[in-house]
Amino acid sequence: MAEKKIQKNPLSLQLNADDFNLASGEEKQSLVVMRESVSFWKDGFRRLGKNKIAMVSLFFIVLIMIFAYIVPVFYPYTYAQQIRGSENLAPFTYSEKEQARIDAGESVFPHVCGTDKSGRDYAVRLMLGARISLTVGLLCSVLVLLIGATFGAISGFLGGWADMIMMRITDILYTIPDILLIILLAVAFKEPLEVLASKPGFGWLQTLGPNLVSIFIVFALLYWVGMARIVRSQVLTLKEAEYVTAARALGASGGRIIKKHLLTNCIGTLIVTTTLQIPSAIFTESYLSFLGLGVASPMPSLGSLATDAVKGMNTYPHLLLLPALLISVIILVFNLFGDGLRDAFDPKLKN
Amino acid sequence: MSEKLLEIQDERLSFFTQAGEVKALNNVSFSMEQGDVLGIVGESGSGKSVTAYSIMGLTAYPGKLIGGTIHFNGHEIEKMTEKEFRKMRGNEVSIIFQDPMTSLNPVYTIGNQIVEVIRLHTNKTKKEAYARAKELLELVGMNEPEKRLKQYPHELSGGMRQRVMIAIALACEPKLLIADEPTTALDVTIQAQILELMQELRAKLGMSIIMITHDLGVVASMCEKIAVMYAGHIVEYGTTDEIFYQPGHEYTKGLINSIPKLNAQGKERLIPIEGTPVDLLNPPAGCPFAPRCTNCMKVCLREMPPRTDLSDTHYSLCWLHQKQQAEQGGKAE
Amino acid sequence: MVKYTVKRIGMGLFSIFIVATLTFFLMNMVPGGPFVAEKSMSKAAQQALAEKYGLDKPILERYGTYLTDLLHGDMGPSLKQRGREVSDIIFSKFPVSAKLAGIAVLVALCVGIPLGCLAAYNRGKWADNLIIVFATCGIAVPSFISSVLLLYTFGMNLKLLPVVGLNEAAAYVMPVTALALYPAAYITRLMRSSLLDVMGQDYMRTARAKGVSNFKILFKHALRNAVLPVVTYVGPMLAGLMTGSFVVEKIFTVPGLGREFVSAITNRDYTMIMGTTIILATLVIAANVIVDVLYKIIDPRIKLK
Repeated sequence: MAEKKIQKNPLSLQLNADDFNLASGEEKQSLVVMRESVSFWKDGFRRLGKNKIAMVSLFFIVLIMIFAYIVPVFYPYTYAQQIRGSENLAPFTYSEKEQARIDAGESVFPHVCGTDKSGRDYAVRLMLGARISLTVGLLCSVLVLLIGATFGAISGFLGGWADMIMMRITDILYTIPDILLIILLAVAFKEPLEVLASKPGFGWLQTLGPNLVSIFIVFALLYWVGMARIVRSQVLTLKEAEYVTAARALGASGGRIIKKHLLTNCIGTLIVTTTLQIPSAIFTESYLSFLGLGVASPMPSLGSLATDAVKGMNTYPHLLLLPALLISVIILVFNLFGDGLRDAFDPKLKN
Repeated sequence: MSEKLLEIQDERLSFFTQAGEVKALNNVSFSMEQGDVLGIVGESGSGKSVTAYSIMGLTAYPGKLIGGTIHFNGHEIEKMTEKEFRKMRGNEVSIIFQDPMTSLNPVYTIGNQIVEVIRLHTNKTKKEAYARAKELLELVGMNEPEKRLKQYPHELSGGMRQRVMIAIALACEPKLLIADEPTTALDVTIQAQILELMQELRAKLGMSIIMITHDLGVVASMCEKIAVMYAGHIVEYGTTDEIFYQPGHEYTKGLINSIPKLNAQGKERLIPIEGTPVDLLNPPAGCPFAPRCTNCMKVCLREMPPRTDLSDTHYSLCWLHQKQQAEQGGKAE
Repeated sequence: MVKYTVKRIGMGLFSIFIVATLTFFLMNMVPGGPFVAEKSMSKAAQQALAEKYGLDKPILERYGTYLTDLLHGDMGPSLKQRGREVSDIIFSKFPVSAKLAGIAVLVALCVGIPLGCLAAYNRGKWADNLIIVFATCGIAVPSFISSVLLLYTFGMNLKLLPVVGLNEAAAYVMPVTALALYPAAYITRLMRSSLLDVMGQDYMRTARAKGVSNFKILFKHALRNAVLPVVTYVGPMLAGLMTGSFVVEKIFTVPGLGREFVSAITNRDYTMIMGTTIILATLVIAANVIVDVLYKIIDPRIKLK
């Protein structure tokens, strides 16, 4: 303490002569706080990891995925299995028959969410519904990504009149209200696919439900417009970007430019746009199911479960509330996670 | 004190961010008299703009004045309310920003934006205000002022827009004009025009100017006094001649050495200042310039140097002066 | 300006033509006509009906006839609601839907814009967080779910609001809420981020430096710039409202165009499907054209090509 006071008085005679010697390089360096430089991905994941909302959403996504894809495999009931005498049970209740079996010492797996009017366990139907909705969401987004990115990239790279024609096509597709065409296409594809499904070798179509397939086709045909525009504008900006010109001037090959610059710069945007596409696909699927254009019975989707429950919603509200809640939660967590991804990997897109 | 137009004493200002307190200004003091032209020179982030903004109460959230006093034109700035600031801004003190491309509202006409400031601070009618706006555009040397009044910012070039900004700033004949890097975003030829215009206007209207810039050429031609800022400190202050011919601080010397000289013989190289500016979140204990200083001493790393007066108008914050004094003192003994 | 408007209208008309063509061929691609489902009808009767409506002619000829008729404003007779013209049905149902959608647009704007501003002005505070939660949840709930839940809570359990039709003012509350929820939430988000963006712009600092009051800064300098993205959203919003109306009209038994479209699809009423599709598509496309032109008026920077 005393020593410090002395040093604070610079004109004091007790100045330490050593203080006026030149400081060494190391001494100087020790003062320079260098921020560690991090790669794009590392930085992005770090930012994502810090985003609590995104991490909670990711947790829910994983949880829902486990319930949709893994749990039904081990579940004692199946989605189409009708248990006679157990119709319209409330959650955690047993029918007389089941009660008799329990009394006899057998163990009966509880109907966690009750049963529907045909005596099917509702919990497993919800899981299957979530599986269908998620599958639709994921597959559609991948389709949109593939078609949109290819179309946009080709359009951006070619430029000139080819670009102009391709962009006019997207302009027109963009102004057409997509839901009208989706409904029309869903109707139009329904019967041809049903005919196709009845032919040998196309049995899988039947299990999947022709409607589901037509939903995929519809998405593939219509929803890529936004993606194509984003990719094209990215390609165009990058084509003009100075660092690409710089790379070319330094003699980098075309392949290297695409790999190193275009891809790393686009990929953030692509991931984010694709993730945000998932909830919109789930949204549309549940909507089509509600209009009776969704999956084929007895296969459930969350939309069709909600629709089926509307009629009896006064007596059995849980049959409606559960799928409704599940759809909303799925859309919500994907939206939130997508937002988190965007903030982490693509701050440019923020607005 | 009362005859001084602006007097800042020991101003301390910090930005309270999520990462911690950023000490943007540390004990900044200077004063100006009516008609003075002061240049504030420094790198980006050295606090030169923050100093000027704090005079107008414009330091945005999360910036906060935590100490010191600022007296401007009879106001005690540190005690003023937002409402009092509003009356003062654009009227007694006004500012020209760096980027004229983004500083004008894109959806209103030039006329609308000039008239707005006139009507805020005077009782002029709309018609009178428009007449004044036209006068102002003529004053800043724009041709066809009638037509310009009806144009939108995007229809004008960068230099034109900066002239409009100057017109807005001068609309109410302020006592003090703050020019925050007014020429940085402009082409070199336009830069010269704008500087010339500012000098002309100053001669005509007699206002004081604070010129914020990182360009020593600009201050040399315009300013009478110069404050050199580094990491939130005024490390050297003096008249233009003193700063250029007898620089006291190592940073100032570095800045002057990095200017190309026209009369340089042969292959004389420019001397850059090595290293990068300090991280204001974790400022070093000693002199902030120490890590980049070629004559850095041990004490520099540990303690902030005290102020050394080199003349009545010239001071600098550097341990080297102390060393010199100690050596001279030693000889005298 | 005129040239641009004409060009946009031309493109819009072309889009409508594409929609009409696509719809026509899609409808006719489907095997089984509108009368097949009616089992009570004999083959001969079906044949007669098909002849009457010209369904036996080659598809290209029918396409040509349809387009010519359409140009004269004739959408043909409904195949299912016999004896009624498609245009008559549309014009009797349209006002109902338009009124509902109009109120929903107003509600969405009147809720979304102030909420977005409020959130942006209180960035990071509890009001902002609360509004973000509302907005995030609002865009996660499909309109059919919100309609059904509203119906269940306020119509059936609490019995506060009428559940069927639009005969009194209170009957509008639930359908409008269900329709306006998504766009209101979306506009809130849009408005918030756009206002935050504008508030960080240099010209806002200029306005402050001029001594403009906070109130005027918001209403004169910020809002006009910040509202631009909301204007561009009007087109998609109308399309979204239309989508919502299919479901909402069905659930609340509102006799509107959306319900007519859905039942036309289930019934394979070719001419009705064509008619409603073209009208709805025209509305959305027209809204897009108007927005584009409007945008130019609000934002002088947009250069006309």
